[in-house]
Amino acid sequence: MPGLEDLYREIILDHYRSPRNRGELAVPPATKTEGFNPLCGDEIVVYVTVEDGTVTDIRIAGQGCSISQSSASMMSAAVKGKTLAEVDDLTRAFKAMMSIHESALGGTPEGDSTGDPDGEIIDAPDVKLGDLEALQGVVKFPVRIKCATLSWNTLAQAIADATAPA
Amino acid sequence: MDGVTDLSDDLPPGLGSTDAATAAAQPSVAPLARQAGDVLDVAAIRRDFPILDKEINGKRLVFLDSAASAQKPRAVVEAMAAFAETDYANIHRGVYALAERATGRYEAARAAVARFIGAPSADEVIFTKNATEGLNLVAQSWGRANLGPGDAVVLTQMEHHSHIVPWFQLQAEKGFEIRWIPVTPDGHLDLSELDRLLDGARLVALTAMSNVLGTLTPVRQIADAAHAAGALVSVDACQFVPHLPTDVVAMGADFAAFSGHKMVGPTGIGVLWAHAALLDAMPPFLGGGGMILTVDLEGFTPDAAPAKFEAGTPPIIEAIGLHAAIDYLDGLGMENVRAHEVSLTAYALRALTERVGDRLTIHGPSEPAARGGVLSLAVDDVHPHDLAQVMDEHAVCVRPGHHCAKPLMKVLGCGATARASFYVYNDTDDVDALAEALADAADFFAS
Repeated sequence: MPGLEDLYREIILDHYRSPRNRGELAVPPATKTEGFNPLCGDEIVVYVTVEDGTVTDIRIAGQGCSISQSSASMMSAAVKGKTLAEVDDLTRAFKAMMSIHESALGGTPEGDSTGDPDGEIIDAPDVKLGDLEALQGVVKFPVRIKCATLSWNTLAQAIADATAPA
Repeated sequence: MDGVTDLSDDLPPGLGSTDAATAAAQPSVAPLARQAGDVLDVAAIRRDFPILDKEINGKRLVFLDSAASAQKPRAVVEAMAAFAETDYANIHRGVYALAERATGRYEAARAAVARFIGAPSADEVIFTKNATEGLNLVAQSWGRANLGPGDAVVLTQMEHHSHIVPWFQLQAEKGFEIRWIPVTPDGHLDLSELDRLLDGARLVALTAMSNVLGTLTPVRQIADAAHAAGALVSVDACQFVPHLPTDVVAMGADFAAFSGHKMVGPTGIGVLWAHAALLDAMPPFLGGGGMILTVDLEGFTPDAAPAKFEAGTPPIIEAIGLHAAIDYLDGLGMENVRAHEVSLTAYALRALTERVGDRLTIHGPSEPAARGGVLSLAVDDVHPHDLAQVMDEHAVCVRPGHHCAKPLMKVLGCGATARASFYVYNDTDDVDALAEALADAADFFAS
């Protein structure tokens, strides 16, 4: 069975204890988008400013477990200053990593875990995930996958909100 | 308010018994451990529950999630299997012998439930899918027929979502007011404004025991005040009936709902009890077969309760299982079940605090006699999901999350807790394993 060290890598605990880009932005010009995990009550609030097709600033608020909060922290660091196209690639690469079949990792499959937890088929772009790869072990703990993807799903909604015609 | 004294005075006879109160007042852990072991023969009980022999991760299973759902003794499983193999048929209106036998067993289960909760008549016992369906029935049948603009429904801030959402749903249609009885910092109901809250109220919906805090609420005191104000009382008895001697009449309830699966019975069956006069006046909730006196091309006439509220084929095999569960709990004696849980909770409050120290918060009343065996735990700077994940490595099953009580979580100022809950098969070894796992989890995340 997978061990706790697969789940709680040191870099994850570091982002949990010292979250990056924590706080709020003035709305407007930023937009504020909330995401909830109804099963466990985790909440992520994403404040994002998009200017000329680039995420120029981002802040994260909310509360939740080490996986959801560290994932949000890593995400904020990864997407800040990136173009929307680059953010989209990162999002798809991250969600593809979260959808790797557990048998490939030597874990125990539980139910249908192929594909994205939200049911999408992911076509993974060739993107370096960096620190975010530390979250790969989460896949071995199926109930925690939604903790890791909550911030990315909320970001996708946030960017849709930020780029919607006024 | 002084929860212990008031609650003991207000609870039905048998609660907060002298023995339990004495056990709770013991000065150190060791005598409590002996006391906890003395009330019930837990070793013998554990042999009745085959799942407790199973190992998880090569470790002894420490099952501390009975507030969500209890494990099943062999007697319940075998009663259901034997019924299915020898006596099963659909009930009512069959003239053949098998249908008659099945009907007899189903109605005997209803009578057993009535005896178990002190209901004056078995006809007041409605079998539902679960407690949630029972509470929805109250809102959709009684509420829909009786509530409108200018009326008020009073809820407590410690209700489960199943005793909140049905009233919000109906409010959207009927336009009545919803008011809240607040929760004090030490996890009791704040009744200081009760008279004002009850002014104009038609119904009070309250839990008899919080599934998050373990708080035993003063149901009788609130019911007396509600009745004096002309309001009925709907009691969520999910966490109460499996753990304490229950007398719905002494409690002052007008409606009481609970689930079979939390009292060592099967899933798929629950109970709504209500006074016969209320059931007679209420319209049916679900329509279909089994609930009518007659149907013609012009319309239908409903049957009398309980049939009026049991449309469709009911959970027949599950009713047999619930009957076996009641027999099992009766065999232990509900007074003994309660005394066991009070002493185990007293032991746990002390053992956890000693082992984990100042980092630990245990939400809810600090006095074991004022609460059930439900402990909502929090460790400084560690999220409950992470606590529970590490505790799973020790084969200790606790439940992290909001426990379907988000309004209460907001009052407590936290998004989630890690909840450990006790039942008849838990002993001080389980508590010691909980303390060890909790301390390990706290250390794991200490920076």
